Amino acid sequence: MELLDRLLAGERRALARAISCVEDQGPEARALLAGLYPHTGRAHVIGVTGAPGTGKSSLVNALARAYRAQGLTVGIIAVDPTSPFSGGALLGDRVRMRDLAGDQGTFIRSMATRGSLGGLAHTTGEVVLALDAAGFERILIETVGVGQAEVDIASAAHTTVVVEAPGLGDEIQAIKAGVLEIADLFAVNKADREGADHTVMALKMMQGLGPSMGHHGVSAGSGKPGHQPGEQPDGTWLPPITKTVAIHGEGVPALRDWIEEHAAYLERSGLRGRWELARARTELEHILRDRLMATLLARQPAGQLPDEILEAVAGRRLDPYTAAERLLAGREPSEPVR
Amino acid sequence: MTDRTNHLNPLVGPTNGLEPPDGLKIRVLVAKPGLDGHDRGAKVVARALRDAGMEVIYTGIRQTPEMIAEAALQEDVNVVGLSILSGAHKTLCPRVVELLRKQGLDDVLVVVGGIIPDEDLPFMHGLGIQGVFGPGTSTQDIIRFIREHAPRVAA
Repeated sequence: MELLDRLLAGERRALARAISCVEDQGPEARALLAGLYPHTGRAHVIGVTGAPGTGKSSLVNALARAYRAQGLTVGIIAVDPTSPFSGGALLGDRVRMRDLAGDQGTFIRSMATRGSLGGLAHTTGEVVLALDAAGFERILIETVGVGQAEVDIASAAHTTVVVEAPGLGDEIQAIKAGVLEIADLFAVNKADREGADHTVMALKMMQGLGPSMGHHGVSAGSGKPGHQPGEQPDGTWLPPITKTVAIHGEGVPALRDWIEEHAAYLERSGLRGRWELARARTELEHILRDRLMATLLARQPAGQLPDEILEAVAGRRLDPYTAAERLLAGREPSEPVR
Repeated sequence: MTDRTNHLNPLVGPTNGLEPPDGLKIRVLVAKPGLDGHDRGAKVVARALRDAGMEVIYTGIRQTPEMIAEAALQEDVNVVGLSILSGAHKTLCPRVVELLRKQGLDDVLVVVGGIIPDEDLPFMHGLGIQGVFGPGTSTQDIIRFIREHAPRVAA
């Protein structure tokens, strides 16, 4: 496939077109993804999530620079919400990333969620595959950033950084469940502002409240005083908390080094392998569901669920479970309910 | 592959009432080249295009032609919209058009908004820029122009 070959040869326009192809889920996409797949699995994928106003874009920009300083190539996916009313989107994260302009070792792509609600677009994972196959060694994904419901990132990224900032609400805000449980690392950004130390204390206290399910399904360390962050003696991971001032690059090399430490930990603990296996299962199940559904619909007279069945279910003359069994068995939709 | 019409169903998830019939989004880069810092107009247009169902990549002020062409390539946009109030359009526009061409982005629609004197319109048309929108242009006109002229290439 010509586009694939050009992408693998390093042509940036081909990469951009390939990303559009997988994003639009057109007829060529499946073949393209199948072709890309053997060339993936090398990149380390890092998710950056957090409430609006915490400085995610600036932090992604600074992290990319820190990686570039080490000679690593970086792909960035910046996700912003699609308006549920118009279907349009204002993708403004690039504004914060002007430092990376002109750098051939970086590639930035903005994505709109297009209806997806978990903080990423449905096809973000597939765009990661394209960047991975194109050879980018680190892929940073910046989520929409509504704060609490953003759990898509945990299955799209190997390492998830949760960004907090002082002064965005009281300490209880900072420790709401969901987002915090997916953190492998915390960044307290805008750390030059008042309250930064309080935010750090609040996060440490939350860690000290006892073991919780971390991103990779393993109990996080109990965070008792004296416990160093990172890998614990029992093999679990206690998320480190790093203060950063992203717009000045302060604290960012340390954050980068913690990300690398987490990546190494995932490898030596075998968790990386387990993550890949779990992800393979999720992916395959997802694709199978879509394909099975498409196959079933293609068997229907109008290529969609028959109106008679829908009307019978809505009118309570047929229950949806029996309806489903009928459709699966290929029975005539107009057969009366037994 | 997820059925891509799922999100068009108004009863399932967010609505996309202004979705074009083929489901393809129009991606527009909105940029302010040069040193001009007045971006309110650009932001008004960016929001109007979003409300018309387009995906707008807003790059901000102080963009060089090189930055604009690079962003257009990475974002695989259908349209590049330049906002120029500084009078430097006769330098900036040719440069942007040239760089887009050099990167193989020949079919990208370039439109320009801002302060472009009437006597410079032939110059702009000569560059291949048909859509020139001066002060007072309604956002609906811009939207209509883009919908009619943007290349609609399925990826």
